[in-house]
Amino acid sequence: MSDGVEPLSVRLGRTLRRPGKTALFAAMAALICIVGLAQSWSLALAILNLCLISAIMTLGVNIQWGYAGLFNAGVMGFAALGGLAGVLVAMPPVTAAWRAGGAGVLSALVLASLATVAAVVVYRRIRHPAYRRTAVALVVVAGYFAARALFEPAVRAIEAVDPSVTGYLGGFGLPIVLSWFVGGALAAGAAWAAGKISLGLRADYLAIATLGISEIIVAFLKYEEWLARGVKNVFGLPRPVPYEVDLQNAAWFQEWAASLGVSQVDLSSIVVKLCYAGLFALVLVVLMWLSEAALRAPWGRMMRAIRDNETAAEAMGKDVTARHLQVFVLGSAVIGIAGAMLATLDGQFTPTTYHPLRFTFLIWVMVIVGGSGNNWGAVLGGFVVWYFWVEAEPMGLWLMDFITSPLSADSPVRSHLMESAAHMRLVVMGLLLLLVLRFAPGGLIPEERR
Amino acid sequence: MSFLVGEDLTGGYGGPDILQGCAIAAERREITVVVGPNGAGKSTAMRALFGMLKLRSGKVRLDGEDITALAPQARARKGMGFVPQTDNVFRSMTVQENLEMGAFVRDDDISDTLEEVYGLFPALKDKRRQPAGELSGGQRQQVAIGRALMNRPRVLMLDEPSAGVSPIVSHELFERILDIARGGVAILIVEQNARQALELADKGYVLVQGRNRFTGTGAALLGNPEVRKSFLGG
Amino acid sequence: MEDVVNAVVLVTNFLVVPATAYGCQLALGALGVTLVYGVLRFSNFAQGETMSFGAMVTILFTWLLQSWGVGLGPLPTALLALPVGMGVTAGLCLLTDRWVFRFYRRTKAQPVIFLVVSVGLMFVMNGFIRFVIGPADRVFTDGTRFLLTVREFKAFTGLSEGLAIKTTQTLSLVVAVVLVVLLFWFLEKTRTGKSMRAYSDNEDLALLSGVSPEKVVAVTWLIVGALAAVAGTLYGLDKSYKPFTFLSLLLPIFAAAIVGGLGNPLGAIVGGFVVAFSEVFLTYPYRKFLAYLGPEGWRPDGLVQFLSTDYKFAISFFILVVVLLVKPTGVFSGKSS
Repeated sequence: MSDGVEPLSVRLGRTLRRPGKTALFAAMAALICIVGLAQSWSLALAILNLCLISAIMTLGVNIQWGYAGLFNAGVMGFAALGGLAGVLVAMPPVTAAWRAGGAGVLSALVLASLATVAAVVVYRRIRHPAYRRTAVALVVVAGYFAARALFEPAVRAIEAVDPSVTGYLGGFGLPIVLSWFVGGALAAGAAWAAGKISLGLRADYLAIATLGISEIIVAFLKYEEWLARGVKNVFGLPRPVPYEVDLQNAAWFQEWAASLGVSQVDLSSIVVKLCYAGLFALVLVVLMWLSEAALRAPWGRMMRAIRDNETAAEAMGKDVTARHLQVFVLGSAVIGIAGAMLATLDGQFTPTTYHPLRFTFLIWVMVIVGGSGNNWGAVLGGFVVWYFWVEAEPMGLWLMDFITSPLSADSPVRSHLMESAAHMRLVVMGLLLLLVLRFAPGGLIPEERR
Repeated sequence: MSFLVGEDLTGGYGGPDILQGCAIAAERREITVVVGPNGAGKSTAMRALFGMLKLRSGKVRLDGEDITALAPQARARKGMGFVPQTDNVFRSMTVQENLEMGAFVRDDDISDTLEEVYGLFPALKDKRRQPAGELSGGQRQQVAIGRALMNRPRVLMLDEPSAGVSPIVSHELFERILDIARGGVAILIVEQNARQALELADKGYVLVQGRNRFTGTGAALLGNPEVRKSFLGG
Repeated sequence: MEDVVNAVVLVTNFLVVPATAYGCQLALGALGVTLVYGVLRFSNFAQGETMSFGAMVTILFTWLLQSWGVGLGPLPTALLALPVGMGVTAGLCLLTDRWVFRFYRRTKAQPVIFLVVSVGLMFVMNGFIRFVIGPADRVFTDGTRFLLTVREFKAFTGLSEGLAIKTTQTLSLVVAVVLVVLLFWFLEKTRTGKSMRAYSDNEDLALLSGVSPEKVVAVTWLIVGALAAVAGTLYGLDKSYKPFTFLSLLLPIFAAAIVGGLGNPLGAIVGGFVVAFSEVFLTYPYRKFLAYLGPEGWRPDGLVQFLSTDYKFAISFFILVVVLLVKPTGVFSGKSS
C-alpha cells in the first residue's frame, strides 16, 4: 500500500506507537528548552553539555554491547583514564618534581619493562614446566622489588615538592584537546589488556575482569599522588575555550552584552558553555558518522553476524576472539575520549568522583533505554537518561515532600525519607533498566534489522 | 497394536521438518533398531518419541495410551527410559549416585533394582564410589544404561550406544541389551553401526530423509541386497 | 628462641587469625556465587548486595531485640537476629527470581542477559538498602569483644608479643564451619541435594531423570540467600557494616569462586581462603617480624610490605588474572563453557 492511499488514522496510529527518531530528538530538545525557560539557560546548557558527553560514552558502550554483545562492567575505569589524560597532557610540567624524582620514576619504569621482557624470555627459553614456573616467578618478584627500590625514594622526593600545590610530575603543557586523543589511547591500552586476558572465555569473565580493572585504575589514580596528585585532586586544567573573566573584560563583549540587554556575567557563562557544546557536538558528530559508517560497512555486518551466532561465524572461519578484542578496544577508546572531555569540561581531575553508579551503571541504563545496537538510540538514551538523572533530584525531593506532607515537620519518618530521597534515584534507574530489558528490550530506538 | 508406537511423525527443531511422516513401533521383549545414513532423522525420531521436540503432526502411543502431549519427565514416569548418545552420565557424581538419580522419580525401595543393575554390569559395583567422569567410555555407557534401568522402564531407548567404544566393548554391551530385552523391556536402538545392531534386531527400520524406506526383521534387512548396497557398505 | 616464638605469635595475631575470619566470610559469599552459577549458569553480580541486604535485616532486627533488652550475654545479639536475616534474605532471593530471573530462564535468554539483569538488580538493591538504613558506617556488635585479649595472653605466656582473638572472629569460623558441614551434608546425602548437583552437572540428563528445574532453582536461591545473609552479617560484625563496602567485596568474592572453579562448592571455600590469605599476607608490613628473626638490634629499613593496603583488592584481581591465564576452569575444575 502506498502512502497516499493509507488512511491518516493508520499512519497517525503507527507514528504514535513508534515515534520516529526525529520526533524523539525534537522532544528531547524541547525538554532542554523547558529547563532553559523555567530554570535558566545556563543550567540548560550545562545539562546539554553533559548530555553530549554521556552520549559519546554511551556510543562507546553501544559499540561493545550493541555491535558485539560484550558486557563491559568497567566503564568507570576507562572514563577515569580519559580524565588522567587531561592532566598528563594539559597541565604544565613541574620542573622541580622532575628534577627531584623524574629520573628515578623513569628508571623504575624501564627496569619494570626489562623485568617483563626477561620474564617472557625465561618463559620461552625454559621448556620444563615446573622449572619454568619457578623461574618466571623469581624473575617477576626480583624485578618487582628492584623496580620498587628505585621507585619509592623517587616518589617520596616528587611528593615532597611543594605538596600543597604540586607534589606531582605535572603534565606536558600541551593543548587540552590533545588529551581527548590521549585519553582514547590510554583507555584502549587498558581495554586491550583486559580483553586479552578474558575474551575467548565465558562472557562472565570479561565482565568480572573489567570490573576488577576499573576498580584498580581508580584506586591507582587515588593513591599514586606523584602521577596526578591522587585524592588531593588537580584543579585548573587549561581550557580549550575562553574564560568568563576574559570575556567580561573585553570591550567588544561589554558592548555586545549591552546591546542585548543581558548581564555580562550571564552572557559570558552562556557563551562559554555554548563553545563547549559546539566542540562536544563536533566530536559527537564525527564519532557518530564513523560508527554509522562502520556499522554499514562489511565490518559491521560481520560483527552482527558474530554476535547473533558465534558458532556459525567461527565455523565460517572468523576469528571471533580477535574481532571481539578489536571491538572492545574501539569501544573503550570512545569511552576514554568522553572521559577526557568530561575532565576538560569540569576543569579538574578528582579521582574520588569516579563511582561505579555514576560511571558504569548509569551509562548502561542509557544504552539499554536508548536502544542497544542502534547508535541513534544510544545517543538519545545518553540525553534522556542524563536529563532525568539531573532533574530527578529536585523532582524526587518534591515528590517526597508531597508524600510526607501529612506527617509533621519534625517527624523522624519524614526526615528519614527526605534524607534518603536521593537514594531512590538509583532504585528508579535500576528499575528502569530491568523494566526496559523485560518489556521493551529494543529500547526507545530499536536496532534496525538490515 | 505394538507397545510403543509413533505414527506419522512430522516435525523438526523449528527449521524445516526433519521428520516427514515416519512411523516406528517397538514391542516388549524385542529389540527394534533404526538405521539410516547421516542426517536421516534417526536421533530426531527417537527424541520425538520421548517428547523432546514439538511435533507438527503425528501421534505417540505407549501401551495403547496417547502420550503425544506429555513432557519428557512425565514420559519417564510412565516407564520410558532414554540413554542419550553423548553427555549421558553425571560426570561429577559417583557411579552409585548416577544410578540413584535414575530412580529419582521412584518413591519405593530401590536396593533390589540397584543389585539387578550391578548384577548386569558387575564392573560398576567395584567402581561405585568413583565419579562417572573418570570411567572408560565403555563403562560410562554401562552407567548410562544402568541409570535408565533404575527407573524399571518398560521401554528403553538408546541413541547410538556403540559410538566411541571399541568393537569388543560394544559387542559386550549388545549382549547386555539382549539380556535386558529378555527381562521384558521393549528396546529401541538408533545405530550408525548398522550391521552389528541389525544382527540382533528383531525388527529394523531404515530411515532416509525423515521417511521410512525399508522395514523388516533384522535378518531380512541384512539379506536385502539393496539395503546391503546402500546402507551397509556392500 | 623466644624471638622466634614472638615472631610466630606476631604472624598469628596480625595475619592468621584475621585472614581466617575473613576467609570464612569470603568462602560463604563465594559459595553463593558458585551455587547460582552451577544451577542457573550466570555470575550473579547482585551477590554482594544480597549479603548487604541480609546484614541489614539482621542489624534492624538486632536493634529491635536490643530495644527489648534481649541479648545473648557474651555473644553478639546479632547471632539471635541472624535466623531472621537468613529467612528474609532467602525470601527476597525467591521473589527476585520470580520477578526478574524466571522470565529470562523461560525465554532461554543468553547468559550475558542474565549478567546485565543481575547488575540492574544489584543497583536497585543498593539504592534500596541505602534508602532504608542510610549510607553510614554501623557497628552493631555487642557482648564480650575479645575471647582472648593481648594482656591475658602476655600474662599467661610471658612473651612480649600479644595474641588477641575477637569474639566475632571465632564466631565467623564456628558459624562458617557449621554451615559448610550442613551444606555438604545436604548436597551429598539428601535427595534434593543430589538432584541439585545432578542439575548443575548435566541439566538435560537431570530433566530426563525427572528432576523438576523450578524446584532445584528455588532451593538454590533459598540456600544462597541464607548463606549470603550469614556472610554479610559476619563481615559486618567483624569489621563494620557499610553499604558501599559490598560493592568492592564483589571482586574478591568472584576471584574466590573462579579460583576454585565456578560451580564447584568445595573450590569456592578453598578459593575464599586463598584470596583472604593472599590479601592479608601480601599487604602486611613484615618489618617487625623480620626484626625478631634477624640478629639482635637489627631492623629492616623500610616497612617490607609487598603491596600497600590501598591495593588489597588488586590482589584478588591479580589472582584472578593468573587463574584465567593458567587454568580458566579453576584449580578444582569447574565449568568454563
